[in-house]
Amino acid sequence: MQLSSKDLLGLKYLSKEEIQLILDNAVTMKKIILGKSKKAPHLLGKSIVTLFYENSTRTRLSFELAAKYLSANAANISSSSSSVAKGETLIDTGRTIDSMGTDILVMRHNISGAPHLLAKNIKASVVNAGDGINEHPTQALLDMYTILEKRGTVEGQKVAIVGDILHSRVARSNIWGLTKMGAQVSVAGPATMIPKDLDKMGIKVCDTVEDAITDADVVMGLRVQLERQKKSLFPSAREYSKFFGIDEKKLKLSKSDVIILHPGPVNRGLELTSALIDADNSFIDEQVTNGVAIRMAILYLLTRRENE
Amino acid sequence: MKIIIKGGKVVDPANNINGDYDILVKDGIIEEVAKPGKIKADTTNAQEINAKGLHVFPGLVDAHCHLREPGFEYKEDIVSGTKSAAAGGFTSVACMPNTNPVIDNEAIVKYIINKAKKKGHANVFPIGAISKGMEGKELSNIGELKEAGVVAISDDGRPVVSSSLMKKAILYSGMFNIRVISHCEDLDIAEDGDVNEGEFSTRMGLIGIPAPAEEIMVSRELILSEYTGVPIHIAHISTELSVDLIRNAKRRGVKVTCETCPHYFSLTEEDVGEYNTNAKMNPPLRTQKDVEAIIAGIKDGTIDMIATDHAPQHKDEKNVEFGYAANGIVGFETALSVAIKYLVEPGHINMSDLARLMSEAPAKMLGINKGTLSVGADADITIIDSNKFVVVNVKKFISKSKNSPYDGFELKGLVSYTILGGKIYVY
Repeated sequence: MQLSSKDLLGLKYLSKEEIQLILDNAVTMKKIILGKSKKAPHLLGKSIVTLFYENSTRTRLSFELAAKYLSANAANISSSSSSVAKGETLIDTGRTIDSMGTDILVMRHNISGAPHLLAKNIKASVVNAGDGINEHPTQALLDMYTILEKRGTVEGQKVAIVGDILHSRVARSNIWGLTKMGAQVSVAGPATMIPKDLDKMGIKVCDTVEDAITDADVVMGLRVQLERQKKSLFPSAREYSKFFGIDEKKLKLSKSDVIILHPGPVNRGLELTSALIDADNSFIDEQVTNGVAIRMAILYLLTRRENE
Repeated sequence: MKIIIKGGKVVDPANNINGDYDILVKDGIIEEVAKPGKIKADTTNAQEINAKGLHVFPGLVDAHCHLREPGFEYKEDIVSGTKSAAAGGFTSVACMPNTNPVIDNEAIVKYIINKAKKKGHANVFPIGAISKGMEGKELSNIGELKEAGVVAISDDGRPVVSSSLMKKAILYSGMFNIRVISHCEDLDIAEDGDVNEGEFSTRMGLIGIPAPAEEIMVSRELILSEYTGVPIHIAHISTELSVDLIRNAKRRGVKVTCETCPHYFSLTEEDVGEYNTNAKMNPPLRTQKDVEAIIAGIKDGTIDMIATDHAPQHKDEKNVEFGYAANGIVGFETALSVAIKYLVEPGHINMSDLARLMSEAPAKMLGINKGTLSVGADADITIIDSNKFVVVNVKKFISKSKNSPYDGFELKGLVSYTILGGKIYVY
């Protein structure tokens, strides 16, 4: 079994079996991260470039470490300090990187569909590290990996996603992935942040946070993008935390062994109370570790394709 | 110089003609229309066109296109644009003022008219700007623009935000008997959307443009037209509610006309597929329900005409990230065959309706002496083989630009001849 596409553009395009393949491979990769010598030869002689058109700390670092732990040659370009700033088009930038012998180009872009455009125009594999409000497939994969690790299975799990669904590529990738893996997804957030016809994606759209998290196995808070607040999607941070923030009282509605996830970075006290972030059933830090494992698995599986 | 068009199915709704006729053209004017073989005038030395099995239409008239000259000649110019129009069967086109400089003064109007007269392959009727520089602040010199030759006024693509300015534009242009054409888009609610808002935008992770962005402004224009008693024309309507609003307004006696474009009755948001920028336009492609409502509106006369919104864009403006890509599609060269395939072929309308929608009605709205095959009219004639299947190949487009969502589509109906004032173009 191998990945069917040269690129990883979104969970929309992956089959259940492909998702399972990535999750299975991540198990081995996590052992490398937790081992004494964080160096394995899987990507020896491969070149991996990260091209980020948006600021990022954790995702970029996660990909770079994943590449380095597997012995790849890793390089990075950020849009502010490169030819991008000089007005070069995406396709031209991509071709240049392609021509330098790059095997995998990891890309983040503020416009939905940008990695798809690049993938069509270059030979290297393109991994989507977040495109606009569309997808962030590696984040959803690490979320599913964490659910698998903590709950034993993804299938049949009741997962509540709470917050700004409209602008969340994390939510969209999770919806694609979780529904394919047989989880039951319910979402809630301010009506101004729920995209139209969301229920047609095979999930339950709830009117209140309480509805969404009732009997949940997994509760996932989404980061409130305060920079979007100028669009007046909710009245104030205080009102948001009161009605849409997850606190101890609301969480009592979930299963007693519920786990708490968050893609980070967290606004403490806004989407989750500080106490919940630090609680024993919160696995926000472990998600970060799992993210490296997932990215190692993806980089490995994409390079293995051509060897077969 | 004489031309005789023999044995064609002549369709001229303005004169209630729909049947087999011969047409004699002399010196660029229609001299005689008679039953086959019954032309009385002398036809010796006349150039003969055998139109057996073909439809003979008054030359098609487009009330809404972008010729891009002056200012954006890398996308299109008056010569390439009118050649593209002629290839699509259009003999008269009204071009929007979003050029650079904007068509808001006599000099630009005259430049366009003169250039088209000297070098164009179609009659060109400029549309002037509603406001100076299309900035939505002060009215342009509408009277002078009319004198210089504009046939309507519009701030197309830059909707007039101020209701007060729009009210004044309608009142004032009414005195000069030229129509305000409104591109209806509430920019505030449209925000920075790229496709129709709904199931598709949600699934593809794109910011959607809600249908109300169009409908709110359609409502405003209907109210202003009713209030002032002055006719108004609504450009490129695309949603079910827009059709309903206009239908109701017409019942109330509001003097409104409106157009739709071929893409709004043949394509849906799903045709954007995997971020295909050639299907990105404004208003955006809508849903199947909207397509059905547009067709119903065409059938019951709510929608008066079909316009192309020919909007050529350079490939460098399309071969970029979806959100950065320019709006618009090449319209001239596919409009007729899209209409035949999606409206005539399924039986929604007949060829006579099509001639009304694509020639007579736009000519009437613009107040130009076109859109008919009456004796004495300019010999602008389009001869169509409506049974011919055509596969669209953008590489063969005559337009400078190739941005079309129809590439590879099998359509129906081919322009065999476009005759412009007696000059024959063969395709």
